Amino acid sequence: MRAIVQRTLGLAWVVPALVLVGVFVYLPLVQNFGFSTLKWDIYSGDQEYVGLDNYAKLLDDPIFWSSFGNNLLYAVISIVFQVFGALLLAALIESIRSDRWRRSLRAIYFLPSAISLTVAGLLFYFIYEPNLGPLNHALEAVGLGLVDQSWLGQESTAMLAIIAMSQWQGFGYSTLLFAVAIQRIPAELYGAAAIDGTGPIRRFVHVTVPLVREMTGLMTMVTISGAFQVFNEVMVMTSGGPNNSTQVMGTWLYRSGFVRNNFGYAAAIATVIFVITLGVAMAQLWVTRRRRVEW
Amino acid sequence: MVRRLSFLGVIARVFMWAFLLGLAVVVLYPLLWMALNGFKSNAELFGNPFALPVDWSFANYQKAWNRGVSDYLTTSVLVTVTSTIVTVFVSAWAAYGLTRVAIPFNKAITALILGGLMLAPTVALVPLVKMFQAMGLYNSFWALLILYTAFRVPFTTFLIRAYMIDLPREVDEAAEMDGAGRWTAFWRIILPMSKPIITSTVLLHVLFAWNEYLFAMVFTSGSGVQTLPVGLTSLMSKHGTDYPVVFAGMVIAAVPVVLLFFFGQRYIVKGLADGIGK
Repeated sequence: MRAIVQRTLGLAWVVPALVLVGVFVYLPLVQNFGFSTLKWDIYSGDQEYVGLDNYAKLLDDPIFWSSFGNNLLYAVISIVFQVFGALLLAALIESIRSDRWRRSLRAIYFLPSAISLTVAGLLFYFIYEPNLGPLNHALEAVGLGLVDQSWLGQESTAMLAIIAMSQWQGFGYSTLLFAVAIQRIPAELYGAAAIDGTGPIRRFVHVTVPLVREMTGLMTMVTISGAFQVFNEVMVMTSGGPNNSTQVMGTWLYRSGFVRNNFGYAAAIATVIFVITLGVAMAQLWVTRRRRVEW
Repeated sequence: MVRRLSFLGVIARVFMWAFLLGLAVVVLYPLLWMALNGFKSNAELFGNPFALPVDWSFANYQKAWNRGVSDYLTTSVLVTVTSTIVTVFVSAWAAYGLTRVAIPFNKAITALILGGLMLAPTVALVPLVKMFQAMGLYNSFWALLILYTAFRVPFTTFLIRAYMIDLPREVDEAAEMDGAGRWTAFWRIILPMSKPIITSTVLLHVLFAWNEYLFAMVFTSGSGVQTLPVGLTSLMSKHGTDYPVVFAGMVIAAVPVVLLFFFGQRYIVKGLADGIGK
């Protein structure tokens, strides 16, 4: 009996965390499903149950689909740079002998990740600016003046310009994590490879890549999940314009709810984001579990 | 070991260094450009956006400061400091319970707390707005404190828990032999032993809270409760033609976290490595 009381008292340690996460993370998540079945004007307070109408509207909404496409594009490009690019870069850095250079390069590359996406977004807003920005001037200087343009002002280039900024901002963080994973590889394995006379490329393919597999898997999932939650960089640089060409699901949700006052519809978009990020998280758990069994 | 470099090896090395240093320039140049522009006059910025400032004037900083940056900075510091303390304390508290106290449903509770890691803030946005309006906390410092804490407790607990699991059991036994209660063991023994991970999580949370934008933008609108990231965007829209002032504001927002990163780099890397590497 006393033991049971003791154990129950032990719950006091986890109650604060559970309450915070339960009330402010899980509860809204559940409420969101309910809200997504409403037609809801937040200013007048009018609510009307409409069933799955919001989801049906979503399927017919071309801007929703182009937002989804932009998130997808974000994910694909980010995987190229923040997973494969970062892994290669980390391997290059870790092959440097000088401790000082290794550390300095890692720190320099990480630097943009320390500053906020807002600062980075504003900074690139200026960099892309046609008259003031260094990008057009740099292109002119190397004789590519013809491709000069208002990078964020045109539908064809705006999304790619935002994604490019995001790669600049984020690649150092994943490079750092890959560098840490590579450092964990026992030196003997590289030693053995060196005795066999294998070159650096084969060492990378046969030793580094297989042994950082778990980090690669984790980074892939984190990158995909992050790409479907993008908000800040788009909001700061274009707010979804020009002509909704840079709208992503996060900004379309915001616009639908807070600008167009259609909160039920915004909640439906939130559900889609939830399903995608949950799916990615489940895939992540499944992959790591399978690997554990293998070992 | 004698290393012989083949001709091809030398070429590869040259290319590698050219690439690594080129990339460093691509990363650093925009930041340098930003820092320099904060010192220029508007005419100078448009006339010659790439030159060094002519007279290194701090006038833009003064203007930015007077046009709201001092308020944004105060709010940012307040939200960052309080949410860091609460988040790290609640997380360490939970991590201790999960790793060293026999509590019922331990596995399920761990899964619930860490499961919060997977949920995107955007998904909860609409209900949270409604909830905070109902509580009368919309557009207040409290909204940000609560949200930053609730959404970061999972990650912070995850990192601290991974560290505490590895602390030897004998420590707890020794504490019990000395008749120390749970609280004393936590406060006097386990927490001091966890100093490295506590430092890491403090730094990571500061980076997060200082830079957070989505919640700050949606949950605060009036002046006096806006943080720097949101304040900067309103500085931009209000003084859109006075770009150097905006640059000065950006530098003010960036400098603290850049310094923090330089001095705390070791802990940030180590904390992430210990938690995520497992």
